[in-house]
Amino acid sequence: MSAIELDRVSVSLGGHRVVRDVDAVVEAGEWVALIGPNGAGKTSLLRAVAGLLPCEGTVRLDGVPLAELGRPERAQRLALVPQEPRTPPWLTVAEYVLMGRTPYLRPLAREGKGDLAAAARALSRLELEELAERTLGTLSGGERQRVVVARALAQEASIVLLDEPTASLDIGHQQQALDLLDALRATDGLTLVAAMHDLTLAAQYADRVLLLDAGRVVADGVPAEVLTEEALAEHYGARVRVIELDGGLAVLPARAAR
Amino acid sequence: MEAAAASARAVRVRGVTPGWALAAVAFLLVALIVGIVAGPVHIGVGDALRSVAARLGVPGVDSPLDATQESILWDLRVPRVLLAALVGGMLATAGATYQGVFHNPLADPYLLGVAAGAGLGATLAIAYLPDALSGHQLLPLAAFVGGAAAVVIAYAIGRAAGRERDSATLVLAGVTVASFFTAVQTFVQQRNTDTLQEVTSWILGSLPNTGWSDVRTLAPYVLVTTAVIVALRRYVDVLSLGDLEAESLGVHVRRVRLMLVVAATIGTAAAVAVSGLIAFVGIIVPHAVRLVVGTSYRGLLPLSFVVGAGFLVLCDVIARTALSPAEVPIGVITALFGAPAFALVLRTRGSRA
Repeated sequence: MSAIELDRVSVSLGGHRVVRDVDAVVEAGEWVALIGPNGAGKTSLLRAVAGLLPCEGTVRLDGVPLAELGRPERAQRLALVPQEPRTPPWLTVAEYVLMGRTPYLRPLAREGKGDLAAAARALSRLELEELAERTLGTLSGGERQRVVVARALAQEASIVLLDEPTASLDIGHQQQALDLLDALRATDGLTLVAAMHDLTLAAQYADRVLLLDAGRVVADGVPAEVLTEEALAEHYGARVRVIELDGGLAVLPARAAR
Repeated sequence: MEAAAASARAVRVRGVTPGWALAAVAFLLVALIVGIVAGPVHIGVGDALRSVAARLGVPGVDSPLDATQESILWDLRVPRVLLAALVGGMLATAGATYQGVFHNPLADPYLLGVAAGAGLGATLAIAYLPDALSGHQLLPLAAFVGGAAAVVIAYAIGRAAGRERDSATLVLAGVTVASFFTAVQTFVQQRNTDTLQEVTSWILGSLPNTGWSDVRTLAPYVLVTTAVIVALRRYVDVLSLGDLEAESLGVHVRRVRLMLVVAATIGTAAAVAVSGLIAFVGIIVPHAVRLVVGTSYRGLLPLSFVVGAGFLVLCDVIARTALSPAEVPIGVITALFGAPAFALVLRTRGSRA
């Protein structure tokens, strides 16, 4: 059974179709990078899969149509890390991570031992124990990113959707964040779908790449199949060189001849 | 395993710590005691407390007060002090709720038009139904209906405004409704200048000397709506992550927000109906509590009630003693003394926030 199945999924925003008839399958344990130029519909597609935007067509999580899942059930299966997560500066790291347990709590219940333990595990996985009592307002960008991932882990969902998880990080922290996600995928059996702008990182980390343009899937395959100079010229309007590097690919911008 | 156990201890929700709960309750008790002994007729602290103990049925304690003092204490001061506590606690809790639900540190309980609606309701009643007012029960009712109506209209407009039913749309709708109601209120007021002073003094806010009747009217509203808000306080923290993330954690954002806003609004409208528009309490008390205690909404909401209650009791003491026997509108006092007090908190604790 596939982790995510999309059957002719379309999304409209303000009368515009921003995602059109997307068919896609993500297997359990896979890392799929969602790429495409600005406005291609990556964020809208992720939100539709997370049940946060109404869509036509069918989204299935572990074979169950999204429409048949209640809100808490859906959040127990799938976590979303948005592009610009809101991190209220007065909350402590521990309080923020513990909010990942929200889908497991009945309306008036308080967090039980199991919830505290899940949050503690998430903190220790991301080596955040030292920061547990710090408030979010005092953290650096890289620390904050790890805290947001820890909240998603505390949610104990097998599917994690990430919208530009490295957008605000420097190159070292980008690699650390992606290495960490890859390690968590291996140990926890997570299924990852990440919208990514950095095509080289997408090629290096993802098993499979889905290229969106104007709301449609225009290419779907292993990085070497999708990330070609011709395809990137056509869909991004970009001049790039794709080179082999350490057994993988690197996508480099090339300046027009003067 | 040991590492996991050690870090499990690291996961702590600050909530209300016993120390701060004790400090807040002590503040409220001191305020209540000051409230019942302050006044033109002298009643000593010890005598007042013994009278309270006697009324509470503590065995072996008899009230040392004579009949007049008893009457002043129990028919005037105690109900007045309790009324101030209920209004102050309600406004502070409602303000903290609005700030959390709308992710807006400047939100006060009047954000969605309660104040403007209540102002219009009260003005209409004062201007056009002066005879019915002598029985006193109509003015609070008119203010309550006006305030509730304004928020219902704001919610309806906010919901109708396209698919993006986010909190910003709702706030805009509230501002729109408030301006409209204020304009109508000003118009009615200008057409009826003979009632100008009565309307103005209502708008500035003041606590009535109506004995127990207003306390009995207001208490159920305050206790029920505050209980609802405190019961839902974990969600206020989740909502502070924004609608999208709260939704992605499985929360039915619109439903939870509606419950919180309805509770805060009904409580505020009831408080405004008896006290007029008391400014400043709802916006500043939650901030002061957060600056001093440093906590999430889970701790902030109950603490705001207790501190807001004590704060308004003290403001009321100043309002009725400063120019005794005249009374200064309490809405003037809250800002006049509250603003410097908050500036002091900002100065000394601001760096910690």
